[in-house]
Amino acid sequence: MGDTKIVIPGDIIDTHTEDSDQTILRLGPGLIQTNDDTRATTAGVLHSDKDNTQYWVVSNKRRYVPAESEPVLGVIVARHGEGYRVDIGSAHDALLPLLAFEGATKRNKPNLALGTLVYARVAVANSLMDPEIECFNSKTGKAEGYGEMAEGLMFKCSLGLARRLMDSRAPVLGALGAGVPFEVAVGLNGRVWINTASPATTVLVANAIKNSEFLNAKQCRQMVKELLEKQ
Amino acid sequence: MVVDIGPSNIETAFVLEALRKNVRVDGRGIYDYRTLRISCGPTPGLAEVQLGQTRVLARVSCEVTRPSPDRPTEGLVQFSSELSNLAAPNLDASSGGRVSAQEVAISRMVERVIRQSRAIDTEALCILAGVKVWTVRVDLHFLDHGGNLMDAAAAAAIVALRHFRRPDVTVQGEEAIIHDPRERNPVPLSIHHTPVCVSFAFLGALGELAVLDPSLLEEQAQAASFTVTLNAHKEICALNKAGGVPLSPEQIQRCTQVALTKADEISDAINAALKGSSSNK
Repeated sequence: MGDTKIVIPGDIIDTHTEDSDQTILRLGPGLIQTNDDTRATTAGVLHSDKDNTQYWVVSNKRRYVPAESEPVLGVIVARHGEGYRVDIGSAHDALLPLLAFEGATKRNKPNLALGTLVYARVAVANSLMDPEIECFNSKTGKAEGYGEMAEGLMFKCSLGLARRLMDSRAPVLGALGAGVPFEVAVGLNGRVWINTASPATTVLVANAIKNSEFLNAKQCRQMVKELLEKQ
Repeated sequence: MVVDIGPSNIETAFVLEALRKNVRVDGRGIYDYRTLRISCGPTPGLAEVQLGQTRVLARVSCEVTRPSPDRPTEGLVQFSSELSNLAAPNLDASSGGRVSAQEVAISRMVERVIRQSRAIDTEALCILAGVKVWTVRVDLHFLDHGGNLMDAAAAAAIVALRHFRRPDVTVQGEEAIIHDPRERNPVPLSIHHTPVCVSFAFLGALGELAVLDPSLLEEQAQAASFTVTLNAHKEICALNKAGGVPLSPEQIQRCTQVALTKADEISDAINAALKGSSSNK
C-alpha cells in the first residue's frame, strides 16, 4: 500500500514485483495497458492493494461517465413510447423504461411530467450504447428509495465529493444531522438532492455540503457549528 | 449534442418558494453581489473576471485597417464572444466557425454598452483620415457559465481595454510611422470613463421578485431580466431589457438606485486591479 503517489495522464506506473512473470495484474479505473507499460489516463492518486496485484487511480472530475449499478439523479427531458429520456449529466441522455418502476405493469404505467427529478440506478452502461437507468432494484422489484423526487433542492458538485457523501459516515452529513433533520439523496453523477422543513434550512444544508469538499472532519464540524449558530 | 434543458421543476419551484421568504439559494442577500475577482495581464489587454462561479476572459488586440466609408475619421471597435461547452455542458461547441445565437446576443450587448456609453474615443484611433485607422478587437471567452454573463463580460471588456497598449504612431504629412513596441513604449487607448453593468433578474409569474446578480439557477428560472449600465460619475449609460414580463416604473427606479451603489463598488474593484497590475510592470 506504500506512500501516496499522485499521477497525471501519461505517467508510467511501476508495477513490477518479485514474481512479475506469474502475477495477473488488475488495472482499475484510470489505468490502461500500452504495450508493456501501465500508464495512467486520469489525474489523481494512485492506489494499490497490499499484494500489489490491483491498481487504480482515484480522481476527481465533474463530468460523469455512467457505470452500472451507480445511483444517479436525473431530469426527465422527453418521453417516448417506451420510456423517458433522462439527462444524467453524461455525454448521452439515459433511457428510463416506463416499466422500470415498482409495481409498473402494462396497464399501470407511471405518468411523470417533463422536468421531473428522479433518483434512479444505472442498469446498463457501456461505451457502445446509450445508458439505461431504472427506478427500482430489478432484483427485488422494490423501489428502495428510487423514483420521483417531489420537492426539495438539487445542486451539482464534483464526482469526488458525491462519492464521499455516499458513505453514511461522511463528517459533514453527521454534523448536520445532529443539528437539523434533513433528507438527502446522493447521485454519483455529481448531483445531490436535499429536503428539509423550510427553504432557509435547505439552503443552509446545501451550502454546508458544498463548502465541505476540501475540509477535513474537524473543520467540517466547525463549519457546520458556525452555520447553525448564525441561523 | 445536448440541448439546454434548464433546471428540474422542483428546483424552479424551490427558488421561488425560497425567494418569497427572502432566501436565496446560495445564501446571499437579495441585493448582494458574488465575490468579484479581477486580474489583468501579463500581456497588455488581457483581463480575467471571476464573478462567483462565472469566469470570463477578455483579450484586446488591434490592427491597422481602412476606416468605414461613412466615418473616415473614426477607428473601429469590434467585439466577438465565444460561448462553448467549456462554459457549460449543455452548450454546443460552435461548429465550423458558425456563431451561435447566444454568442451573438452577448457580444452585441457588450458592444452596445461600451459604444452607447461612448467610453472609447474612436476619433483618437484615427491615423490618417480616410486612409488608415486602428481597429480594436475585443475577444470574450466564457470559461465558466455560473449565471450573469453580462456583468462579468462587460467588466472584463472594459478592464482589458483600459489595460491594453497600442503601438505609438507618428504622423508626418501624408505618412504615418507605426513604431515597434520595442522601440517606443506603446500607448493606452483613449477611454473617457468606465461603464459598469449591473444586472437584475425578476422571478415569479409577474416578475415580482427581484434579485441582483442572478446565479445560473435564478437566471434559468427568471421571468425577466434588466441591466443598468452606469459609471463612477453616476451617469446612466444604458438600460437593457430584452423580452420577458413587463416591469413597473417603481421596479426600474428601485433597481437603478441599487445599481448606483453597486456600480461604485465594481468601479473601485476595477481601478484597484488596474493599479495593481501597473505597479507590477
